[in-house]
Amino acid sequence: MATLAELQPGQTAVIVSITGAPALVQRLYEIGLLEGDTLEVLGVAPLGDPLEIRAGHTRLSLRRSEAAAVSVTLC
Amino acid sequence: MSQPSLIVALVGNPNTGKSTLFNALSGLRQHVGNYPGVTVEMKKGHFYLGEQRVDLIDLPGTYSLSARSPDEMVAVDLLLGRRREEPRPHVILSIVDASNLDRHLYLTTQLMELGEPVVLAVNMVDVAEAQGVQVDCAALARETGLTVVPIRANRGVGLDRLQAALVQAAKTGTRPVPVPLPAAFEAESQALERELSGELPPFLAHRLILDVGGTIEQWVVDKHGPVVKQHIEAARVRLAEAGHPIPAAEARARYGWIREIVGKCVTRPSERPKTWTDRIDHVLTHRVWGTLFFLAVMFLVFQSIFVAAEPLMGLIEEGTSWLADQFQAQIPEGPLQSLICDGVIAGVGGVLVFLPQIMILFAFIAVLEGCGYMARAAYLMDRLMSRCGLSGKSFIPLLSSVACAIPGVMATRVIENRRDRFATIVVAPLMSCSARLPVYLLLIGAFLTEGFAWWVPGLTLFGMYMIGFTLAPLVALLLKRTLLRGETPLFVMELPAYRLPSLRVILRRMVSAGWAFVYRAGTLILAATVLIWACLYFPTTSPDGTPYPERIAATADEAEQHSLQAEWKAHSLFGQLGHSLEPAFRPLGWDWKIGMATLASFPAREVIVGTLGIIYAQGEVDAGDADQRKQLGATLRADIARDPARGPYRVPVALSVMVFFALCCQCAATLAVIRRETRSWAWPAFTFTYMTTMAYVGAFLVYQLGRVLVDALGA
Repeated sequence: MATLAELQPGQTAVIVSITGAPALVQRLYEIGLLEGDTLEVLGVAPLGDPLEIRAGHTRLSLRRSEAAAVSVTLC
Repeated sequence: MSQPSLIVALVGNPNTGKSTLFNALSGLRQHVGNYPGVTVEMKKGHFYLGEQRVDLIDLPGTYSLSARSPDEMVAVDLLLGRRREEPRPHVILSIVDASNLDRHLYLTTQLMELGEPVVLAVNMVDVAEAQGVQVDCAALARETGLTVVPIRANRGVGLDRLQAALVQAAKTGTRPVPVPLPAAFEAESQALERELSGELPPFLAHRLILDVGGTIEQWVVDKHGPVVKQHIEAARVRLAEAGHPIPAAEARARYGWIREIVGKCVTRPSERPKTWTDRIDHVLTHRVWGTLFFLAVMFLVFQSIFVAAEPLMGLIEEGTSWLADQFQAQIPEGPLQSLICDGVIAGVGGVLVFLPQIMILFAFIAVLEGCGYMARAAYLMDRLMSRCGLSGKSFIPLLSSVACAIPGVMATRVIENRRDRFATIVVAPLMSCSARLPVYLLLIGAFLTEGFAWWVPGLTLFGMYMIGFTLAPLVALLLKRTLLRGETPLFVMELPAYRLPSLRVILRRMVSAGWAFVYRAGTLILAATVLIWACLYFPTTSPDGTPYPERIAATADEAEQHSLQAEWKAHSLFGQLGHSLEPAFRPLGWDWKIGMATLASFPAREVIVGTLGIIYAQGEVDAGDADQRKQLGATLRADIARDPARGPYRVPVALSVMVFFALCCQCAATLAVIRRETRSWAWPAFTFTYMTTMAYVGAFLVYQLGRVLVDALGA
C-alpha cells in the first residue's frame, strides 16, 4: 500500500484510508475525498511540490506532506 | 405598518458564485459588517419583495461548519443566533454548484441541522448541462425536503423564484429533517449536552465531538476544565470502538446520504468528458509553460500598479495642488491658510494618491480569483514561499508591495490563515516600494554617480531593492518561528473550474477596496499629516520678534525667502527636535538636517525630498522632478563636504540614509492600513518598531563599516 504522496503524475488509485492530524483529515473529507473513491494525480508544481489531483469532480492541490495522510492502492 | 424585515444568511463553498448571487440580489444596497475580536468581514445587503424587506448577510465561503478559528466560529455563531449584534437568520440560503453536487451538498447537510428553513439554490445549471450533467431539481426537492431553485447567478436567471422561495420558506418555517448520524453518536452527543447543562445547542454538541481540537472543544475545555476534555475524548474512543471513528463517521454518514440522493436526481455521462478546465490546466499548471505564463501575469500585474497608476496619481497630485492654490488665493495668509493648504489638502491628497494603485491591484485580484487562476498562482508559488514559512497565497500580496505596501497589505485578505496573514502583513512594508525610489534617486544621483564607474548607480539601486527582497522572507521565517508560531496551516485547496469573471464583482471589489482605504485609513493619515505640518509650522516667531511668515511676505527676493524659510524650519518644533536628537543621529553619519527631514517624512517617505529642499533653502522641491532633485543633490553634497568630520565619508553617509529608508516604516498610510486589517494597534506598533530598529542598526553598520573602508582605502 502506498500513500498519495508517492504517486506519479498520470497514476490513478483508490483511497483506502485517511489518517493524520484531525484538522487535515476533516478538511480532506469536507473537500470531497472519501474512502473507496478513485483519484488521479494530474501533475506536480514546478519545484516538486505541491501536487495537483482530481478526486471525483473536484480538482485539488495539496502538499506532499498532506498527501501522505491518504493511503491508496494503485489501480 | 410595515412588516418586520426577514433575515437570510447566504452560505456556500468557495467558488460557487456566491458573491455574484449576493451582488445580483442586493444590487448597490450593500455595506460591510465588522465583528469585534476577529478579522472577518461579512457583507450585508437587502432587497424588497413587494412590501417585504429581506436582509441578506453573506458569510465567507467555507467547506463546512467545523470551526477551527475564531473567524470561522463567528459564522457558526451567527447562524445559530449566538452573536449579540446580529439577530438569528430566519432562512438559510445554501448555494451549490450544479456540476459538483456531491461535494457541495456536504455543507448543506450541516446547514440542515441548524434548525432554520434551508433554501437550496443550484447555481450554474448551464455549465453543468454543457458537461452533460442533468440535475432534476424537482426530484432533489422531494428527496432532500428542501425548497430547490435552479439559478444562473451571473445572468440573473431564476432570481425572482429564489426571492419568492426565501420569503415563502420564512413564512412556513419548515425545518429540514437532518441527515441521520449514527445512533450511538447521537447518544454521546446528548450525554455531553446534559453534562454542560444545556449550555450548547444540539448542533454545537455535535461539533464538540466531531471537531477534534476545534474551536468549540477549546472553548468548552477552557471554561469547564480538563475533566470535560477527558469525557469528550472518552466518547470519541467509545464511538471508534463501535465502528464510528471520528471524523470519518460524519463524512461517511453525510456522503452516504448525499450519494444516494444524487444518484436519483443527477444524470451524468458514463464517461467524464474532457472539460475546458482540463485543457487549460494542462498548460497553466505545466512545469514550464505554466511557470512562464505565471511570470507573464505577474509582470502585467506589477507593471500595471507601477506604471498604469502613474498618470492617475499625477492627476490626483495636480488636482490637490490646484485646490491648494485656490484656497491660497481665497484665504488670507496665516496659520489657517497654511493649515488648510499644507496640512489638510496635502493630507487628503496623500490619501487619495494611493487609490489608483489599490483599485488596479484589486481589479486584478478580482479577475484572478473570479476566473479561478488565483489558486493556480498559489499552487505554482507554494514551494518557494513555504521555505520562509508562508504559503503560495502570500506571493501576490508581497509582490504587489514592491509597488506599494498599502494595496499589498490589503491583498493579504486572500490568506485564510491568521498567522500566515499577519506574518505577510508585517513583512510587506519591507519590500522596496515606489515611494523609496525618489530618495534613492536623489542620493545616488548626488553621491554615487560622478566619479564612479557607469555600473555603480545601477548596482546601488539594485542593492537597495535586494535588501527588502532578502530581509522580508527572513523576517517572515523568524516571525513564524517565534511570535506567530503554530501548526502549519493546511494548504489543501480546491482548483476551481475556469470561468469568466463577473464584471460586477470586479467593479465592486475595486470600489469597496478603495472606499475601505479612504474611509478607515484616511482619517489616520490625515491626522498624521496635520500633526507633522504643525510641528514644522510652529513656533513662527523669529529671533527678532517678527513672525517668519510676515518676514517672508515682506521680501520679494526669492533667495532671501528660501533662506528665511530654512531658518524658520530650523527653529520649528521639528527643527528643535532634530537639534536635540543630533547625538542619536551622529553614529549614522547624519546631522540635524537629515535627522529632522527623516522625522518629518513620517507621513510618507518621499516627503524627505521636499523637506530637505526647504531646509537647504531651495524652496519646495518636487520629489518627482529630476532637475530639482539634481540641484538639491548638489547642495546636499556640498554641505556634507564642508563638514570636516563627515566630508570624506559622504558616500557612507548617503548609503546610511538609503539603507535607513530601505528598512524603516516611515509611512503613516501603511501603518493605518495595518491597523485596519489587523484590527489592533499592536501590529502597526510592532511593525514600526521592528522596522525602525532594523533601519537604525542597518544605517549604523553601513556608516561605520563604510568609514573604516574609506580610511583603509585612503591609507
